Amino acid sequence: MKIPEQIKRLGAVLGAVIAVVLLLRLVILPADMFSAKPHQAAKVVREMAKPPHYAGMTRCRECHADIYETKYAGHHRNIGCENCHGAAAEHAAAPASTKPPLPTEREFCYTCHAFDPSRPNGFPQISPTEHNPGKKCIRCHDPHDPVPPVTPSECSACHGTIVQAKAASSHATVECTTCHQVAEQHFVDPHSALPTKPRDREFCGQCHGKDATEVAAPKVDMTSHGSAYKCWDCHYPHAPEMKR
Amino acid sequence: MNKRDFLKGAALAIPAAGLLQTLTRVAEGEDLSTAATMTGDYDATQHWYGMGVDIDKCIGCNRCVEACKTENNVPQEPFFFRTWIERYTIKADGEVTVACVSTQPARGEETPPVDPDVLRTFFVPKLCNQCANPPCVQVCPVGATFQSVDGVVLVDETRCIGCRYCIQACPYGARYLNPETHTADKCTFCYHRITKGLQPACVEVCPTQARIFGDFKDEASRLERFERMNQISVLKPDMNTRPKVRYAHLDGEVR
Repeated sequence: MKIPEQIKRLGAVLGAVIAVVLLLRLVILPADMFSAKPHQAAKVVREMAKPPHYAGMTRCRECHADIYETKYAGHHRNIGCENCHGAAAEHAAAPASTKPPLPTEREFCYTCHAFDPSRPNGFPQISPTEHNPGKKCIRCHDPHDPVPPVTPSECSACHGTIVQAKAASSHATVECTTCHQVAEQHFVDPHSALPTKPRDREFCGQCHGKDATEVAAPKVDMTSHGSAYKCWDCHYPHAPEMKR
Repeated sequence: MNKRDFLKGAALAIPAAGLLQTLTRVAEGEDLSTAATMTGDYDATQHWYGMGVDIDKCIGCNRCVEACKTENNVPQEPFFFRTWIERYTIKADGEVTVACVSTQPARGEETPPVDPDVLRTFFVPKLCNQCANPPCVQVCPVGATFQSVDGVVLVDETRCIGCRYCIQACPYGARYLNPETHTADKCTFCYHRITKGLQPACVEVCPTQARIFGDFKDEASRLERFERMNQISVLKPDMNTRPKVRYAHLDGEVR
């Protein structure tokens, strides 16, 4: 069968069009017109090329090994040098021309050590208005080796609110340890060993029960007085007179 | 040159330039179909980065926020953050207040007094959660936001059109529109630092080690130990974003 001349010509034109389109799509037009992947790969390279501003504690150690060792032995061991001295990549690259800042003012130490109720228990904090106001912290404390905080001997060091409430109540003479057993570890790392708490009505009954020997304590009949509840559902043990 | 010559030249030059560009790339051995996994000595396929945050250790000093702004040239105005600290205050009547902690010296004035009605109060550091299943990447209409091979969500600022869709889509509010470039911006885990073996700036300056940076593909990394030793939560697990920022000792009230 003979293919008509016009079909052959149309076929040739169609073939040429297809070839041009394929050439455009596969070779001439850059791949990033059809996919974001090349752009993203370029972005990753650009991002990696950015220069760091913070050099890192190990970089500081290369020159200031003596200070690093002092700091490492003390309570500030985990604090990076650049926490206080600011970003130091520039200084590390050219030690003579740029010096990192040396914060000496009292307000700088407040950043971490001013009292804030949201800070975790046991973190060393001071009241800026009461703790030697006007004096620079560095006069007494070496920031590279701060004096270890004295382990608090009084519960009031951390639990001031409770101790104050108790002192004004009829439980003023009751020691904290009468009701709470406190492990030695609690003074070192408060969260790792929490003090015990009374668990049942009978504990309060040792003083407040009808047959208890404690003279000064008001007595109740433990079997009839609110027997469905724990004592502390109604009475706040640190200040029994206070309304719950 | 007359108009005819100019048009003839242009008709040839444009495809020729494209062809030349393609040939150059092929000659350099660049893989055009996939994202690069090797850059210099750095092999991205060997890493899957994450961060651990211990709420019990955060003292809310905001040094991480300041370091982040310095390291990444984030505008200093107080409404642009790649990472920020929230103060949670939970009262006896169940009222929860959340406030973003300011940097010094404004910080000193806003510290609340001791309030007997407060049940508990604590700080929560927030940052981009670098989700394994990131909603921001799904919604980007131009493919400017993407997840790198090592699991960090990045924004290509040359591609971003500033439509803010990703800012809306992020359940953690971790993105902002950079007022200088008018493109979306966010935490990159300090990608330029971690690929050089450094810690992100916020981790580098954290004084209490409340932030732990690590690699989920490295069995010996500190992050793996952090995950083993603590009870781990993530923010908004119900969103199925699979965050790679893991929290320890997270209070149930934290959103």
